[in-house]
Amino acid sequence: MATDDRVTAGESASTVAPADELAAAMDWLKAGHKVARATVVSTWGSSPRPVGSQLVVDENANMVGSVSGGCIEGAVVHEAKQVMENGAPKLLEFGVSDEQAWEVGLACGGTVQVYVEKME
Amino acid sequence: MKRATLERLQDARAHKRAVALVTDLENGSEALIDEGEAVAGALVLSAPALHGIEDAIRHDKSGRLPEPNGHLFVQVFNPPLRLVLVGAVHIAQALAPMAEIAGYDVTIIDPRRAFGSDQRFPNVTLLSDWPDDAMRALQLDHRTAVVTLTHDPKLDDPALQVALDSDAFYIGALGSTRTHAKRLERLAEAGIPDDKLSRIHGPLGLPLGGRSPAEIAIATLAQMTQVLHGAPPLEKRPPEQKAAAV
Repeated sequence: MATDDRVTAGESASTVAPADELAAAMDWLKAGHKVARATVVSTWGSSPRPVGSQLVVDENANMVGSVSGGCIEGAVVHEAKQVMENGAPKLLEFGVSDEQAWEVGLACGGTVQVYVEKME
Repeated sequence: MKRATLERLQDARAHKRAVALVTDLENGSEALIDEGEAVAGALVLSAPALHGIEDAIRHDKSGRLPEPNGHLFVQVFNPPLRLVLVGAVHIAQALAPMAEIAGYDVTIIDPRRAFGSDQRFPNVTLLSDWPDDAMRALQLDHRTAVVTLTHDPKLDDPALQVALDSDAFYIGALGSTRTHAKRLERLAEAGIPDDKLSRIHGPLGLPLGGRSPAEIAIATLAQMTQVLHGAPPLEKRPPEQKAAAV
């Protein structure tokens, strides 16, 4: 019966299911926070998260969701802070061969484009 | 994204409507498309673009539209996949929360009241109707999986018959090879042709070797995932290749 109790515990499913990014964004906006959204819009080669994956972040760098397996989230959050300050959207590109501004890459060898916009 | 668009989008999702958010990556303007019409946002879309968006929704595939509309990014928000479980049994107690984590809306059907108590199954819809009636009312579609778990032909067989008449992407039935063979015999006698019967996955789940309710739930969810994405069946590799792959 111990197994039964564990599986039926009231909080089992609701607390472990992934949080909804857009619901988090709405809560933050209602609470008066600045919010930006980053979305994977294109991928080439192997990429950790599919097109349409998204991450929302507030001005305190609280975040919900993901755009990679953790490789580029730091850089995306950094860019998102600028976007929520000046309101201008940005299209970022990350890849293993990327020699541009970001000194981050995807260990998997793919390339992703991430669109970052302010939510307001 | 504008807050008005976000509110409209969240409302559509709450009502389980299939919608798409379209963003012009060159200027940041956007439109929320519901049933072929823009219901929020200032972005104006051409007929070919709208056509491409409908395609994206139908195939549940987010991405940029084909040229000359490659600057338009379509993010599809389809209602969650559904899992209908027949039998509020021990395996259902493991499978329901696992499927919920994987993004499924779970409904459990069991007319036997003692099994289907809310206490045993938080966060799922419990129906105590007879399975075939309940399943007809649910309008199973191509984003629905059905798994029968009761072992009781009186409950499982009518449920399977309704499932086989639907577009459900996955139909699974718990039971040993022998139980399943008998089940197929009964359904064939009821007039269901072989090509339809071959849609039933039985014995249930990928052959992972587990026996506990949680392990059977994992095997089942794994098989549902495999079928959903049209992945080829797993093949046993010779030992030396297996070692190389690891």
